[in-house]
Amino acid sequence: MGERLYLGLRGYGLIVAMWVRATLAYRTSFALMVLGSFVSTFLNFVAIMIMFTHTDVLGGFTVAEVALLYGTSATSLGLADLLLGSLDRLGARVRDGTMDALLVRPVPVFAQVTADRFALRRLGRISQGVLVLIWALTQVDVDWTWWKLVLLPVTVLSGLGIYGAIYTCGAAFQFWANDASEVQNAFTYGGDTLLQYPPTIFAKDLVWGATFIIPLAFVNWLPIGRILGREDRLGLPGWVDFASPAVALIACTIAGFAWRAGLRGYRSTGS
Amino acid sequence: MEEAVIELDELRKTFVVRRRAGRLKRTRHEVHAVESISFTVPRGEMVGYIGPNGAGKSTTIKMLTGILTPSGGRVRVAGLDPSRERTALAQRIGVVFGQRTTLWWDLPLRDSYQLMRRMYRIEEPRFRKNLDRCVDLLDLGALLDVPVRQLSLGQRMRGDIAAALLHDPEVLYLDEPTIGLDVISKAKVREFLHDLNAERGTTVLLTTHDLTDIEQLCKRVMVIDHGRLVYDGDLGGLHAIGESERTLVVDFERELPPVSVDGARTVRTEGPRQWLAFPAGASAAPVVTALAERYPLVDLSVREPDIEDVIARMYAGA
Repeated sequence: MGERLYLGLRGYGLIVAMWVRATLAYRTSFALMVLGSFVSTFLNFVAIMIMFTHTDVLGGFTVAEVALLYGTSATSLGLADLLLGSLDRLGARVRDGTMDALLVRPVPVFAQVTADRFALRRLGRISQGVLVLIWALTQVDVDWTWWKLVLLPVTVLSGLGIYGAIYTCGAAFQFWANDASEVQNAFTYGGDTLLQYPPTIFAKDLVWGATFIIPLAFVNWLPIGRILGREDRLGLPGWVDFASPAVALIACTIAGFAWRAGLRGYRSTGS
Repeated sequence: MEEAVIELDELRKTFVVRRRAGRLKRTRHEVHAVESISFTVPRGEMVGYIGPNGAGKSTTIKMLTGILTPSGGRVRVAGLDPSRERTALAQRIGVVFGQRTTLWWDLPLRDSYQLMRRMYRIEEPRFRKNLDRCVDLLDLGALLDVPVRQLSLGQRMRGDIAAALLHDPEVLYLDEPTIGLDVISKAKVREFLHDLNAERGTTVLLTTHDLTDIEQLCKRVMVIDHGRLVYDGDLGGLHAIGESERTLVVDFERELPPVSVDGARTVRTEGPRQWLAFPAGASAAPVVTALAERYPLVDLSVREPDIEDVIARMYAGA
């Protein structure tokens, strides 16, 4: 187990390093790609800002508070997208048969698939998320105690875990449904769009689903809600606001099993 | 007895296929892609693994490389269980898929090879030596800085073969290594494989549709059909069993009635061109000599029998 982890991380590092070198060989093109990624994702925030020119609060949240939700979710998703985003090509690999080539190399398949065509341009998505987050932190009216200062980075990392688990489950699903990469995108990019807005503007059923079915609420609604001193919509016990790391861990474990089941299925059917 | 590198014992692979039958109903079919195949390959042997499309060749190779998990039976390659010890086995085998590349599509060959070196932890001097040798023998010098997607099929195939050999594998699997290649590329690939086997003692298992590959490379040939091993021996024996015939295509100076020479019979005529069949095990020389003595020849060529024909005749004879 430990050796496989080492092999995986080492292989991931090797492949990523090579793609980064290849990307940086064309600096102008790389700069433009990062800029493109930055602008296209930042437009989401621009849309929110435009909304706030007509109102001071949205579902009881000020612009700075919404920005805090936006910044945490966007940063988590950006990191997951950078590290695991290549998983959405898995279905294509299964379809065209190049999956087999990965299985005859001495590196775990998950590391090879995630590192393949590592796209440094995705830094654009992360940097806009971080910028909005920093801006939100300077504007938001919060009495910063030590536990809130710890909870914030823990939340972003847990969000990375939760989004990463969704990416992985989606990829595992593609072993069976080869053209289902849009399904995972619906939950990652779609989930991010959901989490950019306060939970108070959505129907209770949706919030329930985003808490208990796909645990998106743990990416920011619950922990950031606690930092902002908001009651959660479902009246859950208070400790739930601190449960994000545990939820992320469980989600990643489930994703790990799903991946293994998918790969095992592929290796028994070959298609 | 020599040490066996590849051992298969009643290896089986069954796929479950679901087909639509009506709107919602689906029926379940079992497809026996490989049914109880047993053979061993001693170290240093070069074996041809042939059979018609869908016979189970690729499925067998996928089980030997650890890509597919067998449904039953036992398989060992270099003493390892491929499906359980896949990553360990990867260090000791090389695989070339004729139809698709194992290289990184967007990268120049040189970068792909460097990445292989790190992935397989090949020490620098050994890597240098192996790469130089491949570059030299496979004529890759001018291609090293070209992204793989820009290479022609023949160039890519040579690049793929080099990539599979950088880590000095004990066993090399080649799935249709000459498919779609031009005559010169084919000859280059065959010569390289022949030398590799002779000099390094690399065990080679190759599937092919081209009997010439087998003729020039493999002393031993195995024929698989409908998931079963139907022949295991040398190529001459296969021709004898299949009563297969080679064809001499002869262009005469003018239209002639069907010619008759000893040891061959005319099977077809078309203007000045005639097709003469003779046993695949026999030499073409006496037939050609007899023809040249009696008729005005312009040109001639020899066609090898198709694998499909040989196998079809094998059944007809059995």
